[in-house]
Amino acid sequence: MNLSFNWLAELVDLEASFQGDAKTVAEHLTLIAAAVEKIEPVGEGLDGIVAARVLEVGPHPNADRLSLCKVDRGDGAPLDVVCGAPVIVKGALYPHVAPGGTLPSGFAIESRKIRGELSHGMLCSDIELELGRDKGGIMRLADDIVPGTSVGEALGLPDTRLALDLNPNRVDLGCHVGVARELAAPAEALRERDFGTSWDPAWRDGDDEASGAGLRVRIEAPDRCSRYLAAVVRGVRVGPSPTWLVGRLMAVGARPINNVVDATNYVLLEQNQPLHAFDLKTLNGSEIRVRAATDGEQVTTLDGQTHKLTSAASVIADRDRAGALAGVMGGLDTEVTTETVDVVIECAAFDPAAVRRTARETGLSTDASYRFERGIDVHAGEHALKRCVELILATAGGEAEAEAIRVGPAPTRPPVQKLRLSRVKQVLGLDLGRADVATHLEPIGLREVESETSGGGAEDVLQIQVPGWRTDITREIDLVEEVARRVGYERFPDADRRFRTSSVPEDESVGAAARVRRELVAEGLLEARSLSFMPGDHLGNRAIVAVPNPLSNEESYLRAAMVPVLLRRLEHNFSRRHRNVRLFEIGTVFDYGETPDQFREQRRVGVVMTGGRRPGHWSGPVPDLELWDIKGIAERLAHRLCGSLVTAGSEASDDPFLAGGWLAPDGFRVEKDGAIVGIGGLVRASAVDGPPWAAPVLAFELRLDAVEPVRHATYRVTSQFPSVRRDLSVTIPADVRAGDVEAAVRSVATDLLVNVRLFDVYAGEELGEGRRALGWAFRFRAPDRTLTDEEVESEMRLLSDALEEQFDAKVRSA
Amino acid sequence: MTEVGASLLDRLAALEEQGLVAIRAAGDSDALETARVDYLGRNGRLADAMGAIGTVEAKARREVGQRANAVKTALLAALEDETRRLSDAEAAGKGPRLDTTLPARRSWVGGLHPVTRVIDEIAEIFQDLGFTRVEGPEIETTWYNFTALNIPLDHPAADMMDTFYLHDDVVLRTHTSPMQARVMEAHEPPVRVLVPGLAYRRDSFDPSHAPAFEQIEGLAVDEGIDFIEFRSSIQHFVKQFFGKDTRSRFRPSYYPFTEPSAEVDVSCTVCSGSGCPTCKRTGWITIMGSGMVDPAVFEAVGIDPERYTGYAFGMGPARIAMVRHGIPDMRLLYEGELDFLEQMA
Repeated sequence: MNLSFNWLAELVDLEASFQGDAKTVAEHLTLIAAAVEKIEPVGEGLDGIVAARVLEVGPHPNADRLSLCKVDRGDGAPLDVVCGAPVIVKGALYPHVAPGGTLPSGFAIESRKIRGELSHGMLCSDIELELGRDKGGIMRLADDIVPGTSVGEALGLPDTRLALDLNPNRVDLGCHVGVARELAAPAEALRERDFGTSWDPAWRDGDDEASGAGLRVRIEAPDRCSRYLAAVVRGVRVGPSPTWLVGRLMAVGARPINNVVDATNYVLLEQNQPLHAFDLKTLNGSEIRVRAATDGEQVTTLDGQTHKLTSAASVIADRDRAGALAGVMGGLDTEVTTETVDVVIECAAFDPAAVRRTARETGLSTDASYRFERGIDVHAGEHALKRCVELILATAGGEAEAEAIRVGPAPTRPPVQKLRLSRVKQVLGLDLGRADVATHLEPIGLREVESETSGGGAEDVLQIQVPGWRTDITREIDLVEEVARRVGYERFPDADRRFRTSSVPEDESVGAAARVRRELVAEGLLEARSLSFMPGDHLGNRAIVAVPNPLSNEESYLRAAMVPVLLRRLEHNFSRRHRNVRLFEIGTVFDYGETPDQFREQRRVGVVMTGGRRPGHWSGPVPDLELWDIKGIAERLAHRLCGSLVTAGSEASDDPFLAGGWLAPDGFRVEKDGAIVGIGGLVRASAVDGPPWAAPVLAFELRLDAVEPVRHATYRVTSQFPSVRRDLSVTIPADVRAGDVEAAVRSVATDLLVNVRLFDVYAGEELGEGRRALGWAFRFRAPDRTLTDEEVESEMRLLSDALEEQFDAKVRSA
Repeated sequence: MTEVGASLLDRLAALEEQGLVAIRAAGDSDALETARVDYLGRNGRLADAMGAIGTVEAKARREVGQRANAVKTALLAALEDETRRLSDAEAAGKGPRLDTTLPARRSWVGGLHPVTRVIDEIAEIFQDLGFTRVEGPEIETTWYNFTALNIPLDHPAADMMDTFYLHDDVVLRTHTSPMQARVMEAHEPPVRVLVPGLAYRRDSFDPSHAPAFEQIEGLAVDEGIDFIEFRSSIQHFVKQFFGKDTRSRFRPSYYPFTEPSAEVDVSCTVCSGSGCPTCKRTGWITIMGSGMVDPAVFEAVGIDPERYTGYAFGMGPARIAMVRHGIPDMRLLYEGELDFLEQMA
């Protein structure tokens, strides 16, 4: 919402409290009502630009597109001016900048020859004057000023434009009167203006239909329009608006159209009431019907678009067809043009939801629809209509019909809302008396009325009359907010009351995520964050849950696993020629529940890494990361954070966990309580779009709920006696897994075995067909004594016997 | 003491004196080794003298033996000192043999995402005020996402957030605020929670918008919480997070689930309020939407609004991270690009 500072100053005294300073006003509005986002000067640098009358206009002898004019600046010395505009009207007034003057841009104007003809200065468009955005048109001025008048002065410029960011509940601030109310600190500062003195019609009322002034109005859809007021002005002369009105519209960035339409827009900007003018002659049967559109009905709106409607949309129709979209935009067929003689001014109260449906169906959002959707002051219609008719009479002439139409039940009185001082104290913490509250609320029209009920607690209760323009105030808390706002949030005192306890325990998932992050950062991984979306299928990485209304194909599904999304981040890094990448992300994955309207979410951590194991070093080559590195990370996470959990070798699986199977054969699983909670290994080459120079890609994914609460280690006595290492090399059939061998060792060994380490894996022909050798290093230690050779030998026998028995292992002699 | 004993004591005294001189004067490791062999070697002078102890009469033998041991200890100590001194001197004398300016062997450096760090820091400050952290579902019902928060489905307020619908009454949550209702349904006041998480809106991915983005929600409900306490708590947060010299201001705003509602601005951390592109020349950066919990929300979850009051707030950690690090384009946060993440790590 753009505001004109000059306009506001006309409505309210801005000198006493704000020293007439726009910046001070803007700051105040921001702190008590709505934020002023921008303050910008309008119409600066117009000095020396005056209205000039075109006395003669003729073609330029050497150029088709130029014309040669003789203009009068009111000083009796007409000047020749070359002009490039397509239409210059003889006798009309235009802004002229004389030689020696400058445009607002700072461009200096001199007399110069244009195609051989001397041009003394130029006629200006609104773009050149930095007042508007019309293309090519020279700005025609109304005949209400005489040649020589300063254009800036006549337009009421310079001015300052304040861009106000309206909160959705404060549509009443969408007009200058509304903002002036907020600025009127003492109630007297608001300058009351009286309308309806020159035109005070006889109202023709009806519940759903009324006739008068040569017009019949019928509300056929009372659920869409509660009230419809109409006035008729006959014999108007449609043309440019007077300069002061044009200046006002320009000051707020609105486009002047003609004196009738401008009058309706002016009243909207002044009082918030959307109005619309119809050309009476275009209304068949001189009828107005407010009704639902029929399915398939078409309306071409003022912007030239044709809309095919359904019955969800509401229209203003005549006897035969729809001529406008109710509360949204007028129609091209019924608009006011320079040919128009008689006009109908509509001042209606359309239903917010109905307007919203019409706006949504047509994709239009207008100044009118914005206000109707949020609620207008249904009590102010007569006031606004009178104001508009009087403006039209003043600017376009004509004669107003003495009758005016008013259809629909009279609006109910605005509510009286109670406000307890004790509630103000409870919510705001402020001890305010009745008089304090009244001082804050009265300037904005919230007046205390006589309480009809007296008695218990009456001292505490104020009965506040809510004005019609405050459709947002329906509850006591709304008044509490008004008090807080009017006091000024920044004027509340400070307090030390900050800490309180909470009955809500901290979610374990939060701590789990933090611990996973710490571990992975320590592993040298960088945390990434990506959006949860992905295309349905990317290189075989699937997603499951579809987004029915996505913005793009890239975002048409929700991820079902972390790794596929991280692989896309990896691809992005490949495109930036990064070969060494190590990323992790903690996020949510999605799946359907029992039925497709049920959904499941799970928190996961994903890891993706590729490239060198360390940054390169001059001392020698650095090997690339391989399966054992990612398994190491998985193992440490599993061991350190997930308790007793172990990692076990696994074939690639179709488990939904994998979401499309990015895992190459021979991955590993993390299992807990019999369920798979993590999976990892080498990523299939076909699941990543990688360049030829890329190293193998490794990935790992773990359910966050596998992470256990912090457990504190229990101290066990550390032995001060020496440990003994013994190696054992065995050959086993190739299909026996090392993990199973280690598990067997651990299960048969006594407490003396403190460490098992595989130090060698070897396969060679001399071992025999289908066999391989594993070299194990065992470390034995007793807490209370030095072990004897005999004890250790006995332990080793236990192990070798078990391996021979369980795995067909053969001990290799050293 | 007898003659033999006395003369052996003299001999030991001389031996000690001469030995210490020999060791200290050695000057290099070869000479030191010679001195060691000469005095402390298996056939050295001390061994020789100690061999003579047997000839001392029994009653003096103990004294002489002790003296011999003392001499040995003194010589060994001197030898050790000198060895250390010489090796230091030799190392220093010979100068660097390695070019230690060569690059070190490095490891990959990991790091947290800047948004994570913002969330963690926010959480820490509010944890000091008694808040606990909870998380909630990203797929929500329209009841929790809108209705319980006093947002009628057919209301302009719903325009403020364009929604991804997954099903008739199931959406990707448009804010973390539905957790307000969930937490209050599950717990009796006093309630103080902080809810970090992703929210979703149908915004196209551009420099200042993302269709999915982090939010952090706060909710405090108890008896006797008023606007003064609310504002003081938030101001405390601002000072802790942005620094003591940062100014803040509360200004009226509108959210269906708070009333009175406030937006919180902080003085621009880039230009300190004088006006720059980061703050769009206003000197202020909006960091938070907030307000006193609307009674309608309490009613929706069955809490007596006449008894309890509270405040709620929401922040965008991504936007705060952008301001903090001078990141011009939100998309950089979500690309996972290595150079970017390493800079932030």
